[in-house]
Amino acid sequence: MRHVISLLLENESGALSRVSGLFSARGYNIESLTVAPTEDASMSRMTIVTSGSDEVIEQITKQLNKLIEVVKVVDLSEAAYIERELMLIKVRAVAKDREELKRMADIFRGRVVDVTDSTYVIELTGTQDKLDSFINAIDRALILETVRSGVTGVGRGDRILKV
Amino acid sequence: MVLTGAEIVVRCLQEEKVEYLFGYPGGAVLFIYDELFKQDKVRHVLVRHEQAAVHAADGYARSTESVGVALVTSGPGATNAVTGIATAYMDSIPLVIISGQVPTPAIGLDAFQEVDTVGITRPCVKHNFLVKDVKDIAATIKKAFYIAKTGRPGPVLVDIPKDITAHKCEFVYPESVSLRSYNPVVKGHHGQIKKAAQLLFEAKRPMIYAGGGVVLSNASEQLTKLARALGFPVTNTLMGLGSYPASDKQFVGMLGMHGTYEANMSMHYCDVLLAVGARFDDRVIGDPKHFQAEPRKIIHIDIDPSSISKRVKVDVPIVGDVKEVLEELARLIEAEKPNPENASAWWRQINEWRGKQCMLYKGSDEVIKPQFVVQKMWEVTGGDAFVATDVGQHQMWAAQYYGFDKPRRWVTSGGLGTMGFGLPAAMGIQLAHPDKPVAVVTGEGSIQMCIQELSTCKQYRLPIKVVSLNNRYLGMVRQWQEFFHGNRYSESYMDSLPDFAKIAEAYGHRGIQVTKPSDVEGALREAFITHKNDLVFLDFQVDSTENVYPMVQGGKGLTEMILAEDL
Ligand SMILES: Cc1ncc(C[n+]2csc(CCOP(=O)(O)OP(=O)(O)O)c2C)c(N)n1
Repeated sequence: MRHVISLLLENESGALSRVSGLFSARGYNIESLTVAPTEDASMSRMTIVTSGSDEVIEQITKQLNKLIEVVKVVDLSEAAYIERELMLIKVRAVAKDREELKRMADIFRGRVVDVTDSTYVIELTGTQDKLDSFINAIDRALILETVRSGVTGVGRGDRILKV
Repeated sequence: MVLTGAEIVVRCLQEEKVEYLFGYPGGAVLFIYDELFKQDKVRHVLVRHEQAAVHAADGYARSTESVGVALVTSGPGATNAVTGIATAYMDSIPLVIISGQVPTPAIGLDAFQEVDTVGITRPCVKHNFLVKDVKDIAATIKKAFYIAKTGRPGPVLVDIPKDITAHKCEFVYPESVSLRSYNPVVKGHHGQIKKAAQLLFEAKRPMIYAGGGVVLSNASEQLTKLARALGFPVTNTLMGLGSYPASDKQFVGMLGMHGTYEANMSMHYCDVLLAVGARFDDRVIGDPKHFQAEPRKIIHIDIDPSSISKRVKVDVPIVGDVKEVLEELARLIEAEKPNPENASAWWRQINEWRGKQCMLYKGSDEVIKPQFVVQKMWEVTGGDAFVATDVGQHQMWAAQYYGFDKPRRWVTSGGLGTMGFGLPAAMGIQLAHPDKPVAVVTGEGSIQMCIQELSTCKQYRLPIKVVSLNNRYLGMVRQWQEFFHGNRYSESYMDSLPDFAKIAEAYGHRGIQVTKPSDVEGALREAFITHKNDLVFLDFQVDSTENVYPMVQGGKGLTEMILAEDL
């Protein structure tokens, strides 16, 4: 099963490699990993999308908690949460495709953020699924580049991850 | 007081009351060595290889309750230390390793003797640090000691670039450490402990399975008290030997791959299992599916939550320091006085299993049996020696035939299984216990992996007894080849072995080669009694094809043992 795990960790140089090293050393899946500092500059917030059986996920959270620089770990997908990912997708946009691509971007609530004679860059945010659907909805042959930020997430309502 | 980084390092070690520092100098640590030279509080022990520095610090730590400390230079010094660090990591031994690093401006430029020590050691340390500012040295070393010895212990490495050891700053050693991200749980959950007590009261076929965590948490007394109050059978893992007295009638021996028949059978068929500071390792329970096919309730006490329900599902997890939890559990048990009759049918069954006498072996008047040497060594030392080992058959025979009644007497590389561990570990033990007999039970294969340390033993007059069970084979490998590879002894026979007695003599020690069973006891007496104050290398020429029994083959169930009598 897919899980979205969120952690707070000390903003120190080795911390990221400790987390990624843990995943590779123990053979855990890692679908995406994002990390950036929080409002408190001494701390980073990381979101990891992973998958595995309940036992594996339990081990992952325990092993993450064991890392000295990890302050807190929560499995967001255990309860209500919001996830978002940002995608910038550069497409070939000429002739009638220009119209069609613009229309698709609108349907998906995306924005065209760069325009040339022959290309668009479309910015899109949403769940991982939504971005996947957009890619599937347009003509593959038109895609020149896709850049995705990886998933970030936050718990709904009173679910707060803070020290 | 304004001090240089090197002075600060040494002052920190003094503040931590470090008695011995095991190390080897080199360019990146020269300032630190210069400061060591100017003081005499921290005694430096010059090993002959950095692997040995870490093993010696490890042996020191295992045989005492202190943190072991090692110092190595950058590059090859650090890479040589890695085997030692990984060995300590796998067995949760508290160490602080200080490594030199190339000067900060040179980092990343492939400088002479540069390696990414923090990167290389990351997966085999509890934590590590690269110090980038002289102002951080004191606080980092303080944290290193704190992290190494609290929670589930482990090695912590502090990498210090050379220029940082020359920079200066005001020295203040912090009194305490607080880390918002690291607060190990000590006290167990009361509700869970009550549940555990209830299960233990109701048990019909109870079993106590105690591992290295009991030793690490210094909880042998608590374990023994609880087990006696309950009257339950106790088994130890390889790492837990000595945490429960081997001579006690409730002790059913070691369990696992080379455990006793009665220990493995009781472990499998119990209805309530109290697991204490143990982790259901593959060498202990064999195939987890086979183990879990038999229904039983499991109570698991461990300081490390990630050890719980890792390989085996647990019914009552209790996270906390083993000692604290056992004390609380014992209070509950003693208040309610369990009825010893509850387990009487179970004990009858266990005694029947004991009747198999799985540790019997065929004696011989012609050729020395390795088990016999260990038994005699037990007699000659009154069962009171510190015993370090290497890895292989000799390690298992030492575990099986030297009954340990006290904790921290048995020092072996269980998790990593590091050949070469024994002799340097024994050096650390002997320094910590100068007046106690210290033996290293080894094989002719393993001893050659760190044999250079005989020189260190000479320099520091360490009267270790090297008990080598020389079977001319990499015995454990040969045994597996005999069982699983159709007797094809691929590269497990060692030709051109040296005369070990002469090697010992060349290093300035005594060496005795023993070939006849009738000379075994005499040689041991000579080593342990007559030449108590000398290092004696006993080269026992033992039966070259003896096997370790019982044996649970890899991937098999715990009850599927091969016994000596089956053959
Ligand atoms: C550093 C290292 N290399 C290889 C092994 C694999 N290994 C395990 S036991 C063993 C044989 C050990 O031979 P010896 O020291 O003579 O002991 P014996 O088994 O004969 O008692 C080997 C090679 C190991 N444990 N450690």
